[in-house]
Amino acid sequence: MAFEWFKKVKDKVVEAISETPVVDTSLHTDAPVAPASETIAAPEPPVATEPEPLVEIETAVETEEELLEEIEEAIEAEPEPEVVPEPEPERQLEVGQRSFASRIRSLFSGIQFDPANLDDLEDILLLADFGVDASEAIVAEVKRLASVVNAKTERELKNILISVLTNSLELPGRELNLAGEKLPYVFLMVGVNGVGKTTTIGKLASWLAEGDWEVVIGAADTFRAAAVEQVATWAKRAGAKLVGPEREGQDPASVAFTAVETAVADKADIVIVDTAGRLQNKFDLMQELSKIRRVVEKTVPVSEVLLVIDATTGQNGLLQAKAFAEVAQVTGVVLTKVDGTAKGGIVYSIQKELGIPVKLIGFGEGINDFAFFEADEFARGLVG
Amino acid sequence: MFGNLSDRLAQTFKNLRTKGKLTPADIDTTLREIRRALLEADVALEVVKTFVAAVRERALGDEVNQALNPAQQIVQIVNEELIAILGGEQRRLQFAKNPPTVIMLAGLQGSGKTTLAGKLANWLKTQNQTPLLVAADLQRPNAVNQLQVLGERVGVPVFAPEPGNGIGDPIKVAKDAVAYAAKQQFTMVIVDTAGRLGIDEEMMEQARGIRDAVTPDEVLFVIDSMIGQDAVNVAKAFEDGVGITGVVLTKLDGDARGGAALSVASVTGKPIIFSSTGEGIDAFEPFYPDRMASRILDMGDVLSLIEQAQRAFDAEEAKAMAEQLAKGQFTLEDFMEQMQQLRKMGSMKAMLALMPGAAQMREQLDNFDEREIDRTEAIIRSMTPSERRDPKILNGSRRLRIAKGSGMTVTDVNSLVNRFEQAAKMMKQVSKGGMPQGMPGMPAGMGGMGMGFGGGKGKGKGKDKKKGSKSGNPAKRAADEAARLNRTKPTDGSSGNGSAFGL
Repeated sequence: MAFEWFKKVKDKVVEAISETPVVDTSLHTDAPVAPASETIAAPEPPVATEPEPLVEIETAVETEEELLEEIEEAIEAEPEPEVVPEPEPERQLEVGQRSFASRIRSLFSGIQFDPANLDDLEDILLLADFGVDASEAIVAEVKRLASVVNAKTERELKNILISVLTNSLELPGRELNLAGEKLPYVFLMVGVNGVGKTTTIGKLASWLAEGDWEVVIGAADTFRAAAVEQVATWAKRAGAKLVGPEREGQDPASVAFTAVETAVADKADIVIVDTAGRLQNKFDLMQELSKIRRVVEKTVPVSEVLLVIDATTGQNGLLQAKAFAEVAQVTGVVLTKVDGTAKGGIVYSIQKELGIPVKLIGFGEGINDFAFFEADEFARGLVG
Repeated sequence: MFGNLSDRLAQTFKNLRTKGKLTPADIDTTLREIRRALLEADVALEVVKTFVAAVRERALGDEVNQALNPAQQIVQIVNEELIAILGGEQRRLQFAKNPPTVIMLAGLQGSGKTTLAGKLANWLKTQNQTPLLVAADLQRPNAVNQLQVLGERVGVPVFAPEPGNGIGDPIKVAKDAVAYAAKQQFTMVIVDTAGRLGIDEEMMEQARGIRDAVTPDEVLFVIDSMIGQDAVNVAKAFEDGVGITGVVLTKLDGDARGGAALSVASVTGKPIIFSSTGEGIDAFEPFYPDRMASRILDMGDVLSLIEQAQRAFDAEEAKAMAEQLAKGQFTLEDFMEQMQQLRKMGSMKAMLALMPGAAQMREQLDNFDEREIDRTEAIIRSMTPSERRDPKILNGSRRLRIAKGSGMTVTDVNSLVNRFEQAAKMMKQVSKGGMPQGMPGMPAGMGGMGMGFGGGKGKGKGKDKKKGSKSGNPAKRAADEAARLNRTKPTDGSSGNGSAFGL
């Protein structure tokens, strides 16, 4: 569903842009791109016939107050949009419908769960890296609900646990921000060393390319040996254009900048910038990240800053999220490597404490091994 | 590193320390805190349970009640138990009777195997070995390439007959490599393997295949110190799957609490042999369990510090310095020399983190800007030799010239001179009181350093005001002066980024 919607919005934006002489994506101005916004927001028949996407579009737009104002201005100025998008042909959709619950190993695998002793549940959650406070809170809530509905059997209790987890993992704004008014959309991938940033970029780029988005990858990890070559291999697999450093150890911000410039010149839709892994307590490296963001934003706003978190990460994950959110304004989390024995319970605390939604989930080395995160699916996968 | 665990226990023990006698309730409270601290430090649940039970048993026993200071006794017990789990004494790498010695690296994806292979090769070179790196990770895109770049960087040949990216047979590569090494008389062979999940039977089978083909003297399990509860599962899977002989803990320079060290050592019973502590190729050291336990308890890691200092510190220069100090002469030239000496030891930040009590100033440490040293150096270099020898002659116009020459502001120059004067005063005292033995010059260096980088945040404040000139209003000038003195006070932790680093 989500995938379908992204595609459609994208096509509309692209069409609007390509058919409107006013909009030139290579212009480096901050002028509102009125026609594109109208296409998204104006309640015209072609859009109104799809009520569900419309709601989502509105939520996406409302998050940006400025955008809303711009749209209102645009509507007042020109109530009749010149560009009416053609109805969309149906496309084969695969990625958005992919299920991942089955890829997560149950919390209860290999563990005897005694329904009479709910305190054991705390240990089970601790083992999944939920952390002491979160585990205590979840168990308290399960106990409360269990006594309300007088649940006794294992199945009943597990269902309660699923609903408690789902409710507390629910967070708005989980969709990727692909509805801004100006192309290209820039995604910044950040995280500590070895969490799977590059692999995630490969998967994401390939998925976007499948949806007819034109993707440029900026190889701004100029630090680690052969990192550029690694992302180049993925770019090739995904059919994306690669912009790398011209010389070894080049300032990553300048690589990111060139990548965005290239995308603007090529009229590409998406730029994904790979950054070097950095531990969040390295002050200088974190400043470098904030610089990358600033430099990119000279050309276009950054749509997404995705923090990649390895599911094996323990309580340090929260510190990672805090630090990266502070310097790079993280907009979403990508949880990787859930195909192992690790559960990634730390994302619970990240969502709770920082309000940053998990957007994607990765579970393998194959180019299609990822999906959109859904709270209930994650909860069902965990409880089994 | 281990910062937060240290902090937690320090907090817990602070309450204990004030008491003369422990009640069973005291012990329970303390143990609950220890349990919580360990869990938040990502020590595996089963290890926490055993650990707490062991501490409880001893804490309730006679040894505590009969002790003069029961609180200290508990600290001692916790320390001993930590060391016991971490593997007691340090273990060295095992070498083969007939070279080459073969080391195989194994671990999860992203744990840092390839980087570690480079660091290990570099370290072995300093141990007068001739290592050969073997690219047997043919799975991850460009892992072979990465190893080749690393090999080139450290000057170690890389055996990489296959291009990787899914092409080639790692078992054959490993086997050929050992034969090649024997023929070419390499003394060490380091086999980098692909990252794999413990539950991936196919890949574990492949790992066993590599192991059987090369019969390694060491199978080192490489694990990320940020890993959580899964450390136990992963360690068990690798222990059962390939049979490990030792553990390497990576990314220890992060702020992860590193409970994985305890978990892995405890469930596998295998010692942690090395730890990897930074981005640099030489950020790699043998693992010392006893020191690590002290570090957990925030007693500082003075032994590591001394060792690092001894490696880099030129004994001759240190002696000359000590003599000068004894005479009470300490100039800005000496000051700069000291800074350069200290720099040779590696990252200032990493060094400072090893100091006792470092946990309290961890945040400042994290914010500490190494370039502050460059700036200080720039200022001193913009002075004439006579100014360096006698900063008293620095009048307003000289200061302005120096500020211009170094690209800094007069305020920066002023604060450096101020800090230097305080440092010199302290040097005098230190030299009168005699130097601590074994490390001539070292404490002086640390003191000087504290003086050297007090600028940090304070400097920013200065820039906001009128640049470079003293205020015409005498009261305001006095206030400015007071504020500046305040900043440079070495004990005032909150006033500047670096000022708390002084001894």
